[in-house]
Amino acid sequence: MAQVQGQILPTSQASNIVPEPVRDGIDLHINGEHYRHTGDPQMPLLWYLRDVLRLTGTKYAGEHGENGADLILLGDKPVSAITLPMNSLADKSVTTVEGLAANDGTLHPLQQAFIDEDAIGCGYCTPGWLISGVALLRRKPKPGDDDIDQLPNLCRCGCQTRVRLAIKRVAASRAAQP
Amino acid sequence: MNGDKTRHAIRLDRRRFLQVLAGTAGALVVGIRVADAAGAPLPPALLGENFHDLGAYVRIDGDGNVLIGARDPDTGTGVATSLPRIIAEELDADWNRVSVVALGLGVGNSNGQPRWTYGRQVGGSGGSIPAAWNDLRQVGALARWLLMQAAARRLGVSANRLRCDSGTVIAPDGRRVTYGSLAADASQIALPASAPALKAAASYQLVGYPAGDVDAHDIVTGHARYAIDQYLGDALVAVLVHCPWPDGTLSRIDTSDALAVKGVVKVVQLKPEPGQPWGSTVIAPAVAVLAKDTWAALQGRAKLKLEWKPGASAGESSAALEQQALATLGSQAEPTTRVRDDGDFDAAGKKAARRFEATYFQPWLAHATAEPMNCLVRLDKDRASLVVPTQAPQKAWAVVQRLTGLAPDQIDIRVPRVGGGYGRRLDHDFVAEAVMLAKAVDAPVRLLWTREQDFSHDFYRSGCVHSFKAIVDRKRQLTGWHQRMASASALAHRGVPEDRLWSSELRADQLPAGLVPNYRSDWYAQQSAQPRGPFRGMPHLSNAFAVESFVDEIAHQMLEDPLKTRLRILGEPRQLPLGNGATLDIGRLRNVLQLVADRIEWKNWLRSVNGLGIACWHIDGAYVAHAIETAMQDQKLVIQRVVCAVDVGRVINPLGLHGQVVGATLDALSTALNPAITFKNGQVQQHNYKDYPLAGMAQLPNDVEVIVVPGDRAPTGASFLAMPTAAPALANAVFRVSAVRVRRLPLMKEFLRLL
Repeated sequence: MAQVQGQILPTSQASNIVPEPVRDGIDLHINGEHYRHTGDPQMPLLWYLRDVLRLTGTKYAGEHGENGADLILLGDKPVSAITLPMNSLADKSVTTVEGLAANDGTLHPLQQAFIDEDAIGCGYCTPGWLISGVALLRRKPKPGDDDIDQLPNLCRCGCQTRVRLAIKRVAASRAAQP
Repeated sequence: MNGDKTRHAIRLDRRRFLQVLAGTAGALVVGIRVADAAGAPLPPALLGENFHDLGAYVRIDGDGNVLIGARDPDTGTGVATSLPRIIAEELDADWNRVSVVALGLGVGNSNGQPRWTYGRQVGGSGGSIPAAWNDLRQVGALARWLLMQAAARRLGVSANRLRCDSGTVIAPDGRRVTYGSLAADASQIALPASAPALKAAASYQLVGYPAGDVDAHDIVTGHARYAIDQYLGDALVAVLVHCPWPDGTLSRIDTSDALAVKGVVKVVQLKPEPGQPWGSTVIAPAVAVLAKDTWAALQGRAKLKLEWKPGASAGESSAALEQQALATLGSQAEPTTRVRDDGDFDAAGKKAARRFEATYFQPWLAHATAEPMNCLVRLDKDRASLVVPTQAPQKAWAVVQRLTGLAPDQIDIRVPRVGGGYGRRLDHDFVAEAVMLAKAVDAPVRLLWTREQDFSHDFYRSGCVHSFKAIVDRKRQLTGWHQRMASASALAHRGVPEDRLWSSELRADQLPAGLVPNYRSDWYAQQSAQPRGPFRGMPHLSNAFAVESFVDEIAHQMLEDPLKTRLRILGEPRQLPLGNGATLDIGRLRNVLQLVADRIEWKNWLRSVNGLGIACWHIDGAYVAHAIETAMQDQKLVIQRVVCAVDVGRVINPLGLHGQVVGATLDALSTALNPAITFKNGQVQQHNYKDYPLAGMAQLPNDVEVIVVPGDRAPTGASFLAMPTAAPALANAVFRVSAVRVRRLPLMKEFLRLL
């Protein structure tokens, strides 16, 4: 760096710079950040997250989100990201698995419970389980087995019993709080 | 382990590490550093000729952090955790300071032939742990030996009076030196003439103790990058349409609408290469759409106008194949292979007091991996760089080498964590596709299969029919057993000799072989154009269901407790030679059976209003048993309780083993309950989870109780150990609760038909 110091680097004449006009697009919030999508309005959210933002925690699950690995929170509702065209998301707020932890890195209690209960197989479908689990816990802080039975996710590694324990662990620790 | 907290180095390639060094006064220095140990090649005699480079597996930094490489792909089996812990144990490392990196393929050039730098690299085949136990311990032990020599010089104490604990060498007088401070000196120490001694098991501090998955933090935060998550600058995204018939041909193609989609760059046709074995080339003729992003590629694919012409297989159906199997087994036809023939089954029949017969049917199965097939490839003039979700990077290498003609070490294959394998990723048709496409467009390619393709173009587990005859003498002893099986071999079209095709379908040493004086097993080959390949737990999966169901039927017809029947067939605890050099430890098999029986309170088997079922099996020196309790609630079948006991010898990571046993049990139950692949007019009829229903939360038990038998024998693999016995234990429990004997999978459909 020392050699560069003191040199005057050639720059464009200020008068030649024309500010780019603000482009129209679809404004939305993802994990608390503001984004404007200026591409194809029909593009499903999944490909926007993955190919444009490179937020790859939301996985490809199938053309209709079949195994639940592409679930995101739309507000508080778990929805398959591939079924959401970008033009349906104007001014909406989306949370992906990357947005579950606090800004300082503190894990969401369910993320921590997944680690504590070893509720992970290959891990590919895990983000989807976390999203549907978090949505369930928001809707019902102390879910019963029947509620947990309704989770839509599929997993061939067989993480289901340990996911159940993880959700119950969060519910129990909340119940223990005053 | 908290992944972020311990990540302090980023691997650039085999030798270089991007390292962040914390300096004084808040300075941050970022540099590229060459691994110290790489300069100190080991004598080949020390670790075998495959291991030239200590640095490839473990690096101890000056600050005491330890970097350990995991060589086998982790498809969810936990080897990225357990293999490094085997090294860390011998090293006496502080696990909290260990970071694990996935090594990717290690290949060197030995006169044009590949030299596998890391030795065997296969995941999910049950061999990772036994292989690691044989060689990786040496890596840790040597590193520890070098550190102790360095400490001996520094402290002026002979090395044999020193001891190590959690990354520290401790002298008899209490002085302590950390590994970090010894690392530089240790790298200068002359290597010993022979491999240093390994630790005694009594002093283990990691092996045998539970450890969470090293990738857990990255996974739950969404930061784990699978192959499907990797981008390479401006690689084109490729999506495919495969011909519905594996042997069909493209008869008409109109690409104009597809090419008109914004972002679509090119349409390319692919064909299987004649003469190449299954799994090494394109699985079926295909048309690929390449585009700038996935969305454009998918839109382009939807606008392709294609017509396919069926091949010779267009008349095939899975139903007809099963009928044909049944006809063959009902005839006097000679088997394709007589796999085993102890005693004289025909003569034994003349002295029979009772005879039993039954036939079991099991469907074709798909792998249904969570992460679909995908591959990232970049071809340069003298280099191929790939990211491949594979269980066997050396097999992927062979495909790339054949298609590119590059030298062995010009091919770089990275293998991040893999989203499920189950045997599917021992085949590399999708790698061939990606390489062919990258050649055709002269650009980097990201190939992505959609879910529909994964289901309709797979290397399936063949459907199969098992037909049994058994003979019992006056003393209720099982004296004769004749198993006949018909299936389409997973080894066909793979260059395997005809007389070995049976070996993917059944085992010569499977129960009750060796326990019945007149034992015969025959295999009948079936032909099909539908591709087949390795499948989690095969051939044990289908055979354990058939054998352990049949044993239960025999017990029932003899009005006997099925546990008692099994224990009598097994006989007294002893070492039983299996005829292949291995022995069956009857005591250990009896033990797992007894353990699950006790836990589920088997003594109530006859009185219980619920149904209890039991089954046991052995796989290459590992033993497993399941006991399952089912209930009927409002005409609905409910799995109340599941108990599984395993004996794998020494346990490396009890938490990992628990996960594998629970996971395999649930996978086996899910596989047995509902799904089946069928084909009609040569076309597979299932395209997605809705046609191939894996069990959801509600259908699976709320808990799986796991009993692990402690042991000190060399560890065995466990990734599919708990697969085979779950389905027969379930079917046996279903019989007890409903009097319905399910001889055909998937279980639910058959149960409802018979109820």
